[in-house]
Amino acid sequence: MPNMRDLKRRIRSIRSTQHITRAMKMVAAAKLRKAQAQVTAARPYAEKLEEVVGRLMGAVDPETQPLAAAREVKKAGYVLLTGDRGLAGGYNANLIRLAEERLQAEERPAALVTVGRKGRDYFRRRQVEIVRSFTDIGDEPDLIQARELARQLVELYLEGTLDEVNLVYTRFYSALRQVPRIEPLLPIKAGATGEDGREYIYEPSPAEVLKALLPRYCEIKVYQALLEAKASEHGARMTAMDNATENAAEMIDKLTLSFNRARQAAITREILEVVAGADALK
Amino acid sequence: MPPLQLEVITPERVTLKTEVEDVIAPGILGYLGILPGHAPLITPLKAGVVTYRRQDDGKERLAVSGGFLEAGPEHVVILADTAEKASEIDVERARQAKERAEKRLRERPPGLDVARAEAALQRAIARLKAAGEL
Repeated sequence: MPNMRDLKRRIRSIRSTQHITRAMKMVAAAKLRKAQAQVTAARPYAEKLEEVVGRLMGAVDPETQPLAAAREVKKAGYVLLTGDRGLAGGYNANLIRLAEERLQAEERPAALVTVGRKGRDYFRRRQVEIVRSFTDIGDEPDLIQARELARQLVELYLEGTLDEVNLVYTRFYSALRQVPRIEPLLPIKAGATGEDGREYIYEPSPAEVLKALLPRYCEIKVYQALLEAKASEHGARMTAMDNATENAAEMIDKLTLSFNRARQAAITREILEVVAGADALK
Repeated sequence: MPPLQLEVITPERVTLKTEVEDVIAPGILGYLGILPGHAPLITPLKAGVVTYRRQDDGKERLAVSGGFLEAGPEHVVILADTAEKASEIDVERARQAKERAEKRLRERPPGLDVARAEAALQRAIARLKAAGEL
């Protein structure tokens, strides 16, 4: 028979865990709302930029643009956007698994750029080259961080350390659904939308305009990936913590039942003892 | 001629969406004015002041720190790196930024990123001008 004192102690401990998971869930929910708003706010800019870049790519030979010219890939780069912290269900694990599968299938030499502690810690222990790593992006990535990251990626690409850059991040669909994915970043291959019938004047020239736009295009891609990844992380954490809170409630119920049974059994035993004692005196 | 639809968009938000009579923007080759009926145009922008006029309203100003502009007969879209309306500008901060950048450019400490200091100076000047402080 379970010991009453032990049961009581376990119930108390689970209850305090439940308090923590519930608080974490609520914090994640608040942060998720903010991250979602950021994702939405970034969309108009990205769409317009995509449209203009697409149009220009149709008008200018991409080979003349260092950021758009494809070259022989001596080293493929993967930028892994994981979180700094765990306790987010399968969020980090799913993304790391996708990255690892891709790296194993990759025939060309490959290297990683890690963003977030989890990805760095995992791949540091394995035979994978990490060219840069970033941590402490925080819960609300801002444009300045995205610019800095994009700048460094562009630099790695232009100096020839990496001949191709791909983003590995988690796409946010809803609090319940986040899908890890790999998306090419450099060289830029914007879908050439072609001319929309209007004859544009480019000042000073199409090539110059494109040259000014491509770095921004990179920045916004990185910014969007960061935002999606953060929204996914908060979503995953919220769901995981919600489950944990529910599981804790279930366990408390079960243990409370056992505790009550144990208490009842103890009372019955005591009564039996009293009755037996009284009988013995007769 | 119908009025122009002006949109100023940054990666963080849509700063402005309004109908205007004309727009003056800091193009990479110099300030350019756009009236309704403009030919389709795309040009990068420098840090500077965007001035626009709403119907029977006075002129209003906006500080941008680079980006680019797309114009058509009925619309102007400005994709700015940052954009602030005159009322949102922190004048004190801009003034400090201007002094800091000027000092750097004057003293030229070793390892100074001149282009960056210049850009910071231009941004600060744009903000002060837009706020009407310069």
